[in-house]
Amino acid sequence: MRVTLNGEPRDLREGLTVAELVGDLGLRARRIAVEINLDVLPRDDYPRRALCDGDVVEIVQFIGGG
Amino acid sequence: MADEDLLCLGGKTYHSRLIVGTGKYRDFAETRAAIDAAGAEIVTVAVRRVNITDPGKENLLDHLDLSRITILPNTAGCSTASEAIRTARLAREAGVGTLLKLEVIGDDQTLFPDVAATIEAAAVLVKEGFTVLPYITDDPIAARRLQDAGCAAVMPLAAPIGSGLGIRNPYNIKIILEQSRVPVIVDAGVGTASDVALAMELGCDAVLLNTAIAGATHPLLMAEAMRLGVEAGRKAFRAGRIPRKLYATASSPIEGLLQ
Repeated sequence: MRVTLNGEPRDLREGLTVAELVGDLGLRARRIAVEINLDVLPRDDYPRRALCDGDVVEIVQFIGGG
Repeated sequence: MADEDLLCLGGKTYHSRLIVGTGKYRDFAETRAAIDAAGAEIVTVAVRRVNITDPGKENLLDHLDLSRITILPNTAGCSTASEAIRTARLAREAGVGTLLKLEVIGDDQTLFPDVAATIEAAAVLVKEGFTVLPYITDDPIAARRLQDAGCAAVMPLAAPIGSGLGIRNPYNIKIILEQSRVPVIVDAGVGTASDVALAMELGCDAVLLNTAIAGATHPLLMAEAMRLGVEAGRKAFRAGRIPRKLYATASSPIEGLLQ
């Protein structure tokens, strides 16, 4: 299945959950936020939410800024 | 302490009236040292995509003492109300609370805010429970509209972001201060310690800055200078300065003068 992850197309295995994706990317301990198809996904839903073909996923964090 | 003079924002109180940004520093160590030298208790951060191909080992927040510092996420870089709302919701989900610097940029060259879009976004975000601190032009009407929308403070610019020009229109800031029922924080455009002292002498509740420290030749020295500037200006404001007069008034008594 193909999703768009932070603006880039990405082939992921079928049924991958957001929790697994975050873990695979090494971001589990990080203060991040995830948005899928323009809706914020609450942290508690990461293990339940399986990604679907065509999902547009954004993962953000805090960086230095004014 | 009898002489406690605290800044109250969103139901929390702070000793420091200097809010600093965390952008443009050489590394995380310098960022942290500058925050310490500035004595800041609130720092702004931006919300950006994680670099998926190279997430990196370290994150800014790992370097900040979050037991002592309040994180103020900023919608910096957003140019529409909907982008700012989206960014705010993500920031809240990242788990640093509901305090939010609302910034909707209207023009890339001046980085002046889009006031109409800022008011529109503020109304939505206040309803969603955010403590909204909007960056605005030094426009008393815009300040009033944002206050009426339920913002927890108003943050008029001193001058364009990063310009270092200092307060361009102290009279507008004064009008905003007279009309405001919420804290007034000068945000952006200050260049040096006298600029922040002036903001505080006018009666502003706090100053928010980034480039003036991060871009100084010696950032840590400037961070300390800014802390002292804010403290001096605040004390002078509370002390009540003498009125300006055209002619002299002698400091020494006339009585007992040699004839």
